[in-house]
Amino acid sequence: MNATFKDSIAEPSRRAFIKGGVAGGFLLAFHVPVFGGINEPNQPADDTNGKFAPNAFIRIDKAGKTTLVMPQVEMGQGVYTSVAMILAEELDADYSQVTLEHAPPNDKAYGNPTFGIQVTGNSNSIRAFWKPLRTAGASARAMLIQAAAKQWKVDPSGCAASDGKVTHGASNRTLSYAALADAASKETPPKDPPLKDPKQFKLIGKPQKRFDTPSKVDGSAVYGIDAMLPGMKFATIMASPVFGGKVSKVDDTAAKQIPGMQLVIALDDMVAVIGDHFWAAKSGLDALKITWDHGPNATVSNDAIWKHLRDESAKDGVIAKSVGDVKKAFESGEKFHAVYELPFLAHATMEPMNCTVQLKPDGGCEIWLGTQVISRVQQTVAKLLGVSDDKVIVHNHLIGGGFGRRLEPDMALKAVRVAQRLNGEPVKVVWSREEDMRQDVYRPVYRDEISATVSDGKIAGWRYKISGSSVIARWLPPAFQKGIDIDSIDCAVDQPYDFPNLEVQYMRVEPPAVPTGFWRGVGPNNNVFAIECFIDEVAKKLNKDPIAFRKSMLDKGPRFKAVLDLVAQKSAWGQPLGKRVGRGVCLQPAFGSFIATVIEAEVDEQGEVLLRKVNCAVDAGIVVNPDTVVAQLQGGIIFGLTAALYGEVTIDGGRVQQSNFHNYRMLRIDQIPSIDVHIVHSGEAPGGIGETGATAGPPALRNAIFAATGIPLRRLPIDLDVLAGRKQPWV
Amino acid sequence: MSQRQLKINGEDKTVDVPDNMPLLWVLRDVLGMTGTKYGCGIAQCGACTVHLDGRAIRSCQMPVSAVGSRAITTIEGIGKTPTGARIQKAWLDEEVVQCGYCQSGQIMSASALLATTPKPDDADINAAMAGNICRCGTYVRIRAAIKRAAEGEQPT
Amino acid sequence: MGMTQRGRVLRVLLIVVAVLLVAGTAFAIYLRGPGPTDFAGGQKVALAEYKDTNPTSIPASKKSADPIQRGKYLAEAADCLVCHTTPDGQQYAGGFAFTLPFGTIYSTNITPDKETGIGNYTDQDFLAAVHRGVRKDGAWMYPAMPFTSYTYMTDEDALAIKAYLFSLTPVRAPARANTLTFPFNQRWAIGLWSAVFNPNKRFQPDSSKSAEWNRGAYLSEALAHCGECHTPRNIGFALNNRKKFGGGNAGGWLAYNISADKGSGIGNWSDDDVAAYIGHGHANNHGSASGPMGEAVSESLSRLEPEDLRAIVAYVRSVPATSSDLPAQLAPPAPRSHREGFAANARGKQVFEGACMSCHNWDGVADISPYATLTGSRAVNDPSGINVAQIVITGSASWSENGSLNMPAFGQTYSNEEIAEVANYVTARFGTQGSSLTERDVASLRRQSAQ
Ligand code: FES
Ligand code: FES
Repeated sequence: MNATFKDSIAEPSRRAFIKGGVAGGFLLAFHVPVFGGINEPNQPADDTNGKFAPNAFIRIDKAGKTTLVMPQVEMGQGVYTSVAMILAEELDADYSQVTLEHAPPNDKAYGNPTFGIQVTGNSNSIRAFWKPLRTAGASARAMLIQAAAKQWKVDPSGCAASDGKVTHGASNRTLSYAALADAASKETPPKDPPLKDPKQFKLIGKPQKRFDTPSKVDGSAVYGIDAMLPGMKFATIMASPVFGGKVSKVDDTAAKQIPGMQLVIALDDMVAVIGDHFWAAKSGLDALKITWDHGPNATVSNDAIWKHLRDESAKDGVIAKSVGDVKKAFESGEKFHAVYELPFLAHATMEPMNCTVQLKPDGGCEIWLGTQVISRVQQTVAKLLGVSDDKVIVHNHLIGGGFGRRLEPDMALKAVRVAQRLNGEPVKVVWSREEDMRQDVYRPVYRDEISATVSDGKIAGWRYKISGSSVIARWLPPAFQKGIDIDSIDCAVDQPYDFPNLEVQYMRVEPPAVPTGFWRGVGPNNNVFAIECFIDEVAKKLNKDPIAFRKSMLDKGPRFKAVLDLVAQKSAWGQPLGKRVGRGVCLQPAFGSFIATVIEAEVDEQGEVLLRKVNCAVDAGIVVNPDTVVAQLQGGIIFGLTAALYGEVTIDGGRVQQSNFHNYRMLRIDQIPSIDVHIVHSGEAPGGIGETGATAGPPALRNAIFAATGIPLRRLPIDLDVLAGRKQPWV
Repeated sequence: MSQRQLKINGEDKTVDVPDNMPLLWVLRDVLGMTGTKYGCGIAQCGACTVHLDGRAIRSCQMPVSAVGSRAITTIEGIGKTPTGARIQKAWLDEEVVQCGYCQSGQIMSASALLATTPKPDDADINAAMAGNICRCGTYVRIRAAIKRAAEGEQPT
Repeated sequence: MGMTQRGRVLRVLLIVVAVLLVAGTAFAIYLRGPGPTDFAGGQKVALAEYKDTNPTSIPASKKSADPIQRGKYLAEAADCLVCHTTPDGQQYAGGFAFTLPFGTIYSTNITPDKETGIGNYTDQDFLAAVHRGVRKDGAWMYPAMPFTSYTYMTDEDALAIKAYLFSLTPVRAPARANTLTFPFNQRWAIGLWSAVFNPNKRFQPDSSKSAEWNRGAYLSEALAHCGECHTPRNIGFALNNRKKFGGGNAGGWLAYNISADKGSGIGNWSDDDVAAYIGHGHANNHGSASGPMGEAVSESLSRLEPEDLRAIVAYVRSVPATSSDLPAQLAPPAPRSHREGFAANARGKQVFEGACMSCHNWDGVADISPYATLTGSRAVNDPSGINVAQIVITGSASWSENGSLNMPAFGQTYSNEEIAEVANYVTARFGTQGSSLTERDVASLRRQSAQ
């Protein structure tokens, strides 16, 4: 996903986008919900009666309680705090007194300006909402000042706001926002409220404690899986382990013996068991003998999937970008060529998929879950039930890990289908970890082919062909135009280097049977990996230092150069290292942030990789809450490294072979090196951060291994047998 | 099914559940104490960690009938212990948490560590914490927070 | 070549063959050694002449069961299921792999499917298979099928099993082709082997022993075929009953010494411990059954009536001591702190602290259940580390009083080196002597137990 997909196809406009902040020119018509008020949301976030509610994000009641409504969901990225900081900054609210609320489903009021619907993803909460939120805060502040000025009969320009109060300096009079709430609500929102000069920022850029943390350390935080309703039943489900299979027969003889097991529900494509508690439901499910009709996918295997991808990728793709004369460039110079392949990955969010549903007599329902797409959940459920959207009430919750998995409404649809077989009792459907692993939408397998030609020590011609599934085509069809997936080419069409002649091709190849979805880092993960690995391979052949080589091709990228210089210094780049120890670098433009990462790693004789040190330099423009940026990068890098070292979902007999953390492995604390993140201060518009670490980790590690062993790995996950010399490297 | 008494965070609770039911689900689904989390059900993630007589155990693998008279402490009650309170404060000070889903378990493991090892070094932290997965990757800060808690004042 | 010369050559050849035959027969008789119950030394009598309760058939408590249920009980006692079912496959449909150094043998479909199963077998065909290892088409079976043990089964019991198998739903499952190399792919050679090593005799009670002992002998030898794994083999790949129950192996796992030897066997166990171990897969302070023994417990031994379990215990305990090279002393619990006790082997420790410690603790004494306690188990006290590595690779499922406890299978993603090192760490920390498995050893173990 990319905020500027239209431009990025037509021209290398990533930089234009970065400079312009939340740029226009989107394919989708969208509504910036600044002056739209509440727009009669079907589900008011909060009673606006008697309150100052200048827009969808702000409520101030007569007691002075300031409520900020969060258009983006909190899944660990600290967005509630950042959003609140931005609103409070421009509102000049008393930050210590604000309270937060999840937004209800309402695309109009809370839609992500990039997508037009309520989506938390693509690392663009701050990028997309930066301006609208500031404007919302500033507009409210202006109305409060107006109201005060009217009351005092003075010129508003002589009034100032701070800490939830308006002051008239000349007369030394002060009124609290609480006192002004009534009057302010009668004011008309100004058209273009002045925004603060960043120099005046009191909150933005200063580390703030996160709002969501206290409840998360004392166990009181409520996630979707914690929803509790009177009379609630507990259920767990199992869908056909072979993708697309159907239930053919269910023998529940043994399940009936399980204490607390209440009911077995066989649906077309899945079986649900209802119990007094999850344990009874799960034990009941385990005791069922289910015969599946596997359908046509029963023979799909990993080998077949890869063969399909390789065969298809040999065909001509669609040209996503073309600069200069690539054909001519390839007529001279030294040639380089490599192919990279990336595996299926599961999300494995720490909180397994779940959803609680209560059907209502009016044909609608009420839903409790944590989702990145609240309005989509509402709309798809309404469609399933055949009711209007407003009959579906969705309560969003804190999210125990999103990573793109909760951009899908499937957990809600399945839960509703289970609830339809009950008599109106609320039911909480919790997936077992095994089900969560088997019924994911997987990060697609990708194949990347790059050729380059080098003249005068620089890359003169560049051809890059990306082949893989288009998640966009399924998830946001209008954004899939002319055979091009704007996410899949993100960071490929707008890569950082000054390649005078460049061609990027995209080839959509859907893997047989396996559903694909967005995965933290999305398209850039694939593209940055292939590009950064390839650059290192070229540098090595040319006998050039990887960072120096990169810098020689960054004449038009001062921000890239700056982060490279900083990370080189912090990582002691160039200092000698021991045998089988190496440093690897990754430079990336993803999500509007400029990031350079250096990983130092050691490879032992058995091929085991030891992570020694990580340094990361980031220029993310104006940083709202610096500590959040550091935390996101630290965590994101670990997320990416976990995938690089262990991540692979394999398919046999049409089914996923991984089931839980013992065979879908995670990095653990005793493997984690120091991860130091260095922020480059910048006055540019904010860049995205949530996904950047996931993109940075794998290429930096792979390049460190390359430096340590001379082995250019071209597939992930990292193969120890290759590093130990027991197996030939894949080429 | 049989009635049994459990001592949880200092309170006596009576539950009527199957003998083989893991303590995790008794806490979450029967008693509504949802601070303890389900992550894997096979003792591989640590999200369900609680204390039995001060020792960190995985409640997803602990049959309720095997608890006996041992005192159960959960995330809801750990703040009442001196080490638990110190750990929680350090967690806030270091801003450890991201999505937070693993953190109940992390805090339970960390406070059990601190109770037996007041000044843990890196190896002690690894030995006590490696069973707790954090998908958001908060490990660097978990380590820092444990060290911070250890430096804090010792309970008198 | 003239007639006379040819005759001379033939004569010499015949003499050589005769000498070889005599020598071979003598050697074969030596190799064949004593029969499985000969250690008892009493008088063997025909079943019909045995005065006490008939030791064959189903237990008294099951006498009223219908024929199918009787057959089921016996089929379970004979543990047909485990070898005739793949881990994810349909029951009794075959395909289970026996990986040998010279190739792989797959078990066959014994559901009553007429084309791919045994649906066309007559009673005589079935008995020939069970007692002699001969298929309906006349070909010899490989002795992965324990017909040298099943040969002791009465016709009546074997046919009861047949009746049960024929009551199952036929499953179409063509046999998977074996991959044995020459000369092991020459089935006729098994005929020669059988002539020497298969006594082809039905069970004969020992008149000097109690009815319970004889029942135990019948269950253990003719049905449960304990010796097939627990008795070492001689160079003819036949059971060496001179060292009966002294320990053998099974599909890449070690089947430990279950003779009366006090140190390396189970001489120091109580009867209750033995009964608990075979009936429930666990005995406190002796560890839990995993791998092939875990399957034998879950699919076979745990299904037996208590009186039959007691009979097996009585019989097994009467087998004389055979010492083996396992440590006689088992290690006490390790220290509670990771710092004390065995502390070397950083990689093994790292795997342990991440994946194992949550259940097994640093002292090896589990808080969650005695089933997960490592202290006292033979596997961790086995300096080969083989079974520890196998449990790590394949996991284990045990049945506790409180329900089942599963150890996940780590083989799919943990590297051979990590598995070798964690086995070395575990045996060093919780056993008497650390193993020294290497990455290559683990690769070989994986091959042997692969399905
Ligand atoms: S839920 Fe118990 S360890 Fe994962
Ligand atoms: S904070 Fe999200 S899993 Fe640890």
